[in-house]
Amino acid sequence: MSALLHYNYWIVILLMMIGFYIVITHANLIKKLLGLSIFQTSVFILYISMGKISGGTAPILYPGEHVYSNPLPHVLILTAIVVGIATTALGLALVVRLREAYGSIVEDVIQQQEQEDQR
Amino acid sequence: MSGLTGLIDLLSWLALVAGSFCALSGGVGLLRFPDFFSRMHAAGVMDTLGAGLILFGLMLQSDHWLVLVKLLLILKLIWLTSPTSSHALAKAAIRGGARPLLGDDMPGRGKR
Amino acid sequence: MEMLVDVFLLGLLVATAVAISSTKDLFASIMLTGLYSLISAAFFVLMDAVDVAFTEAAVGAGISTLLMLSCMKLTGQYEPKPHRHRRLLGLVVVSVTGVLLLFGTLDTPNFGDDHSPIQDHLAPHYLTKSMEEIGIPNVVTSVLASYRGFDTFGETVVILTAGIGVLALLGFSPKRQSDDLDSLVAPMHHQKILRVVSKLLIPPILLFALYVQFHGDFGPGGGFQAGVIFAAAIILYAMIFGVHVARQVFRDGAIRLLAALGVLIYGSVGLLSFLSGKNFLDYSVLSDTPQHGQHWGIMLVEMGVGITVAAVMLIIFFTFSARVDKRERDGDENQRQ
Repeated sequence: MSALLHYNYWIVILLMMIGFYIVITHANLIKKLLGLSIFQTSVFILYISMGKISGGTAPILYPGEHVYSNPLPHVLILTAIVVGIATTALGLALVVRLREAYGSIVEDVIQQQEQEDQR
Repeated sequence: MSGLTGLIDLLSWLALVAGSFCALSGGVGLLRFPDFFSRMHAAGVMDTLGAGLILFGLMLQSDHWLVLVKLLLILKLIWLTSPTSSHALAKAAIRGGARPLLGDDMPGRGKR
Repeated sequence: MEMLVDVFLLGLLVATAVAISSTKDLFASIMLTGLYSLISAAFFVLMDAVDVAFTEAAVGAGISTLLMLSCMKLTGQYEPKPHRHRRLLGLVVVSVTGVLLLFGTLDTPNFGDDHSPIQDHLAPHYLTKSMEEIGIPNVVTSVLASYRGFDTFGETVVILTAGIGVLALLGFSPKRQSDDLDSLVAPMHHQKILRVVSKLLIPPILLFALYVQFHGDFGPGGGFQAGVIFAAAIILYAMIFGVHVARQVFRDGAIRLLAALGVLIYGSVGLLSFLSGKNFLDYSVLSDTPQHGQHWGIMLVEMGVGITVAAVMLIIFFTFSARVDKRERDGDENQRQ
C-alpha cells in the first residue's frame, strides 16, 4: 500500500507532461489547445487529490459525527473549470481568426507566411 | 422481518451483478464485434439493460423515498437518451456510407 | 477498495491522454478529450468533490467538446506530422521536467492523510463554523458564495470578459448578415426521433437547471453548474431545430444584456452591504438576522453567477455557429459562381 501513497501525484505529473508534450510538439493550434486542457485537468486532479481525506465524505454537512474532505480545493477548482472553458473558447476564437487571416492553423505555415510578409 | 430484508438484499445483489455483467459484455462486444453496427448494438443494448439493472439494484437498497424518485428519474433519462443516441449514431453512419456486414461478408465465414 | 477504483480511473485517464497525443485525426482527439473529461468527473466523485464533478461533466464533456467541434468545422480535420527533431527535443524537455517534478513529490504529504498542512489551516473553520455562521449544509456553496465571495466575483467577471473577447474576435461580420436566416434549413430536419425526444427532454433539463440553481445550498449545485446546464438545454434546442430559431427567442442584444446583468447583480449586492456600513459582500445586513441575510445574499449572488454563465455560454456558442453558417453560405456561393 505504501507505494500508492504518492500514486495520485505521479499520475498528475504524467498527465501534465503528456499535455506539455502535445503543446510543444504538435503544430496544429487546436491540438495545442487540447494539450493545454489536459494540462489544466491535471492541475485540477492535483488540487482535488490533496483535499481528499481517506474515509471522508463529501463536504455537505448532515447530523452526526463524520469526516469531511476539504471543501476549499473544491471551491477553487469549481470556478477554475468554468473559467477554463471560457478562456478555451477565447483561444478557439483566436484560432478561427488566425485561420481566416493566414488560411492555415499550422504553426509552421503561419510563421513562414509572417517571415515572407516582413521581407 | 429480517427474512424480507434478506430477500430484498439478495434481489438487489442479483440485479447489481447481472447489470455489471451486461455492462462488461457490452464492453467486450464493443471491442470484438466485426463491424460498426454490431459494435453499436452491443454497446447500446447492453448499456441500456446494464444501467437499468444496476439502477434497479440500487433502488432496492434505497432507504428514503426521495432517493427512489431520483433513481427512477435517472432511469427514465437513460431509457430515453440511450436508444435515441444509438439511433442517431446508426443513421449518421448510414448517411456517411457505412453498410452493415451481411452473410458472406462476415470475416471467418468464407474461410471455413 | 476505494484505492483500487482510484488506480483504475487514473490509469484510464493516462491511456486516454496518450491516445489524444498519438492520433492524427482532430475529430477523434476532440471526442477523446470529451471522454477524458467524463472520466475525470468520475474521479472527482471518488475524491468526494461532487460539486466539481458536476461542473466538469457539464462543461468538459458537454459544452467544451461542442465548441472544439465547431472550431474544427471552421478550420479542418487533419493535422500534419510533427517534425522529427522537434519530437525528440520535446521528449527530452518533457522527461527532464517530469523527473524534476517527480523528485518534488517525494516531499509531499501522503495521499488521504488527515494531518497534512492543507487540512489543518482553514478547512476546519469552514467545516465546524459554517453551520452557525452561514446556516447552510453545503460547505462548498458557503465558501464559494460567502467566505470567498470576492474571489467568485472575480471569476464571474473573468467569464464575462472571455465572452466579450469572443465577441470582439468573431462577433462582427464584414457583410452585415441580412434576415434571410430562415432560408437555412434546420440541420436535423430529417431526424424525427431526435426531434421528438429532445422536445420531451428540453423542458425537464431547464427545470433541472433551476433545481440545481436553488438547491445548491443543500446539495451539490449552484450558479456555475445551473448556468451551464441551462445553456446546454438551449444549445441542444438550437442544434436540433436550427440556430436561427433559438436566436429568435434569445436575441443577441438580450443575451449580451443578461451577461452584464448577472455581474451587475453580484456587484450590487456587494455595494449594498458596503453602503450599509459593513464590508463588501458581507451579507449579514441584508435581513434582520445575520443568518437570514446570508441566505438572501447567497441566493442573489448565485443567481447573478447563473445568469452570467448561461448568457456567456450562449454568446460563445451563437458566435461560433454564426461563423459556421456564414462559411457554409459563402461556400455555396463560391460553388455557384
